[in-house]
Amino acid sequence: MNLHEYQGKELFAKFGLPVSSNRVITSADDAAKACRDIGGTKWVIKAQVHAGGRGKAGGVKLISSPDEAVDFSNHWLGKRLVTYQTDARGQLVHSILIEECTDIDQELYLSAVIDRGSQRIVFIGSSEGGVNIEEVAENTPEKIIYEPIDPLTGPMPFQARKIAKILGLNPEQSKQFSKMLPQLTDLFITHDLSLLEINPLVITQGGKLHCLDAKISIDSNAIYRQPEIQAMHDPSQEDPQESEAAAHDLSYVSLDGNIGCMVNGAGLAMGTMDTIKYFGGAPANFLDVGGTATQDRVSKAFKIILADPDVKVVLVNIFGGIVRCDLIAEGILAAIEEVGVSIPVVVRLEGNNADLGSKILAESNAEIVSLNNLEDAAKKAVELSQ
Amino acid sequence: MSILVNKDTRLLVQGFTGSQATLHSEQSIEYGTNIVGGVTPGKGGQTHLGAPVFNSVHDAMEAVRPNASIIFVPAPFCKDSILEAADAGIKLIICITEGVPTLDMLVVKKRIDELGIQLIGPNCPGVITPGEAKLGIMPGSIHLPGSVGIISRSGTLTYEAVKQTTDLGLGQSTCVGIGGDPIPGTSFIDVLKLFEADDQTTAIVMVGEIGGTAEEEAAEYIRDHVTKPVISYIAGQTAPAGKRMGHAGAIIAGGKGTAADKIKKLQECGVHIAENLLQIGAKVKEVLG
Repeated sequence: MNLHEYQGKELFAKFGLPVSSNRVITSADDAAKACRDIGGTKWVIKAQVHAGGRGKAGGVKLISSPDEAVDFSNHWLGKRLVTYQTDARGQLVHSILIEECTDIDQELYLSAVIDRGSQRIVFIGSSEGGVNIEEVAENTPEKIIYEPIDPLTGPMPFQARKIAKILGLNPEQSKQFSKMLPQLTDLFITHDLSLLEINPLVITQGGKLHCLDAKISIDSNAIYRQPEIQAMHDPSQEDPQESEAAAHDLSYVSLDGNIGCMVNGAGLAMGTMDTIKYFGGAPANFLDVGGTATQDRVSKAFKIILADPDVKVVLVNIFGGIVRCDLIAEGILAAIEEVGVSIPVVVRLEGNNADLGSKILAESNAEIVSLNNLEDAAKKAVELSQ
Repeated sequence: MSILVNKDTRLLVQGFTGSQATLHSEQSIEYGTNIVGGVTPGKGGQTHLGAPVFNSVHDAMEAVRPNASIIFVPAPFCKDSILEAADAGIKLIICITEGVPTLDMLVVKKRIDELGIQLIGPNCPGVITPGEAKLGIMPGSIHLPGSVGIISRSGTLTYEAVKQTTDLGLGQSTCVGIGGDPIPGTSFIDVLKLFEADDQTTAIVMVGEIGGTAEEEAAEYIRDHVTKPVISYIAGQTAPAGKRMGHAGAIIAGGKGTAADKIKKLQECGVHIAENLLQIGAKVKEVLG
């Protein structure tokens, strides 16, 4: 789960990290007052969406009067911001962050991730901030440091000094960073983050380190123990079908094709998508009905798949290990009746109670093509999608 | 031989009396697995599926001497259950549960490595040595005792590979599902090492998927240390970047972890690639001649 920049900065402030004084508004009526409350004569105004590249898309602006804040808010609130990281529809802007303007001397990069290789939280720092870090890693790897944190000791001061050296900090800033590193680690662990990125971390003209941006992702597996984070969840930033699926504990990712897929198991779901493509078709989605698929979940899955108007045929591929195929068969029939499916459904059942499942489908009145071989089923679905 | 589990495995089930544990324990017993007991705190002294229930792994250890444990407890309690089994001295722990927080695994992994414990999973189908013992949730009936060792990050995809090698009469020595999480207890390399040393295994099937660099690391290990033929299929060739495909670990991040990168690396290291999941069995047959 991702957070908005303003939510990330709330967490930063809570853990003692330096952020600009700011206000969040959801109505243009509040824009002028927000500027006056913050004070000063220059502000940065930023559309809040779950995507990077906002600046280039016009979603970030330096302003020097409260009127400009009103204009910006009138322009963006309720509109969708399209950046190179969003799809063609863009992301809905329903909140705007106004901050006091920071005079920047230098832009740096700092992030923390869970690194699978070292199986540690790793801090990544670079003297090259405000740019695409992947490009820095590719072109000038010597300007990046990867510093793993031992879970037993936590971050040590010498590690802060190591990172500070690559960031090019002076002794005063290095001292400030030694304080920030444990605060960031504390935030990362306390709230079960999977990613924390400050790009850019800046040195102000006053010589202080300052967090100018905040990108935070939380480990979905740990959301259950993060009530404060749950309250920050913004479904408007997600694909509506994906949110609906998540609410029913199904993993769903919408894709561009026209063959709806319902599969048990994430790996097999990807394998099924690949197989469709292999035979010349295009999958409309990834959907894992999970190991404990009940009739209810299968019905829900069907509804989510069929809500996509591009779907011309549904391929159901179930290898019953945990889940029983006869339950799936009943779920398919119940859903077809409930939703009123008017497009062809190709079903492949294998494994636990597969014969019984196929029998249930064969004996029904529904228009289902039941094939127990994946190759035949995939080919059939591709044929029906064309 | 075979690896990790066999007919001498004495299995303890943690979270024994829960519905999933009950369903799968019944099937494991039917398959011939020796379940010597189970743990459900507060239900010690009862009998479940003909086996004794204990309040703790330590109590079970004293009474029935298990040498492996399988965990079905809900995700919030897995860290505790794994560390409890480790503390009691169990050397093979299989965690089936999905949804364990990554930071929990960060700490657990460090601890079990220190203790020299083999943890399989979490978020995995378990381990089966066909004809001997089934420690997991895979359908036993599709397996056949044989010569192909199978390692996979995905449950149902493993079943496809199993079914194909069974249909071709090759059978399996042992099948290990290492799970789809970012920090698995056991890596591809750990299992490759075991298969390489196992006499019964003549070929290894490695089923990978997008996300991370575990397949790339395994490829280098295979090039340098594995003499047996390795056949690999990588799922997620059509997956978009930046989206988590069900498994917590299956995400293409910053252009890293794509199927194409993994396949290229595996090929460079001499691994045989099954282009599509339907061809896994056929590829094994072709390679074995």
